[in-house]
Amino acid sequence: MTGTETAGAVIEARGLNLVFQTADGPVHALKDVDLSIGKGEFVSFIGPSGCGKTTFLRVVAALETPTGGSVAVNGMTPEEARLNRSYGYVFQAAGLYPWRTIEKNIKLPLEIMGYSRAEQDERVRNVLQLVDLEGFGRKYPWQLSGGMQQRASIARALAFDAPILLMDEPFGALDEIVRDHLNEQLLALWARTEKTIGFVTHSIPEAVYLSTKIVVMSPRPGRITDVIESPLPRDRPLGIRDTPEFQRVAHRVREGLRAGHAYDD
Amino acid sequence: MTEAATTPRITAAGGGIGAAARAAGGAVLPILAVVLAIVTLWYLACIPLNSAWVIDRAGPEADLSTGDILSGVFNQERPVLPAPHQVAEELRATVLGEPPLRERRGSLQGNPRSLVFHAYQTLAPTLLGFLVGTGAGILLAVGIIHNRAMDMGVMPWAIASQMIPILAIAPMIIVVLNAVGIEGLLPKSLISAYLSFFPVVVGMVKGLRSPSSMDLDLLKTYSASAGQTLAKLRLPASLPFLFASLKVSVAAALVGTIVAELPTGARFGLGARLLTGSYYGQTIQIWSALFMAAICAALLVGLIGLAERVTLKRMGLAR
Repeated sequence: MTGTETAGAVIEARGLNLVFQTADGPVHALKDVDLSIGKGEFVSFIGPSGCGKTTFLRVVAALETPTGGSVAVNGMTPEEARLNRSYGYVFQAAGLYPWRTIEKNIKLPLEIMGYSRAEQDERVRNVLQLVDLEGFGRKYPWQLSGGMQQRASIARALAFDAPILLMDEPFGALDEIVRDHLNEQLLALWARTEKTIGFVTHSIPEAVYLSTKIVVMSPRPGRITDVIESPLPRDRPLGIRDTPEFQRVAHRVREGLRAGHAYDD
Repeated sequence: MTEAATTPRITAAGGGIGAAARAAGGAVLPILAVVLAIVTLWYLACIPLNSAWVIDRAGPEADLSTGDILSGVFNQERPVLPAPHQVAEELRATVLGEPPLRERRGSLQGNPRSLVFHAYQTLAPTLLGFLVGTGAGILLAVGIIHNRAMDMGVMPWAIASQMIPILAIAPMIIVVLNAVGIEGLLPKSLISAYLSFFPVVVGMVKGLRSPSSMDLDLLKTYSASAGQTLAKLRLPASLPFLFASLKVSVAAALVGTIVAELPTGARFGLGARLLTGSYYGQTIQIWSALFMAAICAALLVGLIGLAERVTLKRMGLAR
């Protein structure tokens, strides 16, 4: 590692580039991305489709390999960080295995990582409480609503107590009422666990409501156009969305998206 | 979402036993109607096929009434097409009327007059072949999805193996195995395994590859090994595919055993029964053996359907 890292940074990207070779020629998914995420931050990535926000998260999770530049997670390479169980990943869909009960789904990472049976039970109890799903452990995924399924998948990502939570549009498929509720719960969970969260979203209000830092991205090639440090306090009731401060941040995000010429074509 | 795409299929395949019973209740009338139509057509077909023999036998001068011809048509000893009641009577006599085992030369042996004994002689190698074929099919599929060389190398051969007429290769396998001293159950099972592994390979390759890239990425974020991915994701996800394949492959295994009995002069088994029937013009015996084979196949497929329902229900996949 070079000495350019910001002290205390949990995720540190320097000159990150990723070019996919596709049948239609190379696609520049990430271009010269520099970003530093500190411990305990809640960072949202917002931008139109194809801006590389999901790709960035996947690079951090070692699901994609960059073609240039470097990224460090807790000072390690993404692969080392993964082996070190540094992060939990929540996907767009809940992705619960239909043949496992909620309890068994949450135990999946624990079984793979070799936790003892007693510890598995203990952890399942804790995370079910954390996402407010006590009493649903024995249910199968299809017996739960979409929002509950997504909460179960968050519980699964929390089960092995990784310090980083990477979330790729976790609430994208849910309706707005459920989404508001889950956003509130997610903030409460973040406050209680003090995890570092990377959160990909399409929604400006969601990004502003949740984040301490908002990364605005634009496509072709995928790059960062603005990084906004939110002036909002950490304790955020839903009503904060009607305050002028909130509107100002939302406005700046909208301006950032427009500056990226995202909707010109 | 992948679940949304896969669950309706699972429900359709798994459906509760209660639901199946209700569906059967509503289907009794149509089923009876179809059976009645088939039996009627069968009786009608007997008339032109069997009447020539009746008229020939009576001679050119005989003056036969319609009733005489009909009674001759439906009650011949060696008709071109036996009437349904003759086949039913033969089945009754050889299934219920004869014990499967009998006392002979001081020891209890199989009774070659009992169709149950012949069915057993066919079913035993069928089940052994089915187990071997299924096991080989699953192992091949696991190899194919994990190894690119196997993916490219095995599948064409598996497909080619099914292009060879089994009737041509069965006697050769039996002769070769006999030459090295392998006789009895094993050669027959080998041929039924040869026919039954293929549907399992095709179904399991599809099933093991059915998890979405998201499901696989999830395990990757846990740094799961290939073995863990197989055990925790690929195998459970492939089970609905496996059961669909097993239904095809168990029927193929039965056909394989019967075909293996045909060209080799086997003395026992449904294939042998078909063969001796055709040697001696015992059409009634041939038809009853055919029906026995059909009943066995229906039983085997039914058993797998039951295992499927129970398994998927226990896995929480059936609602």
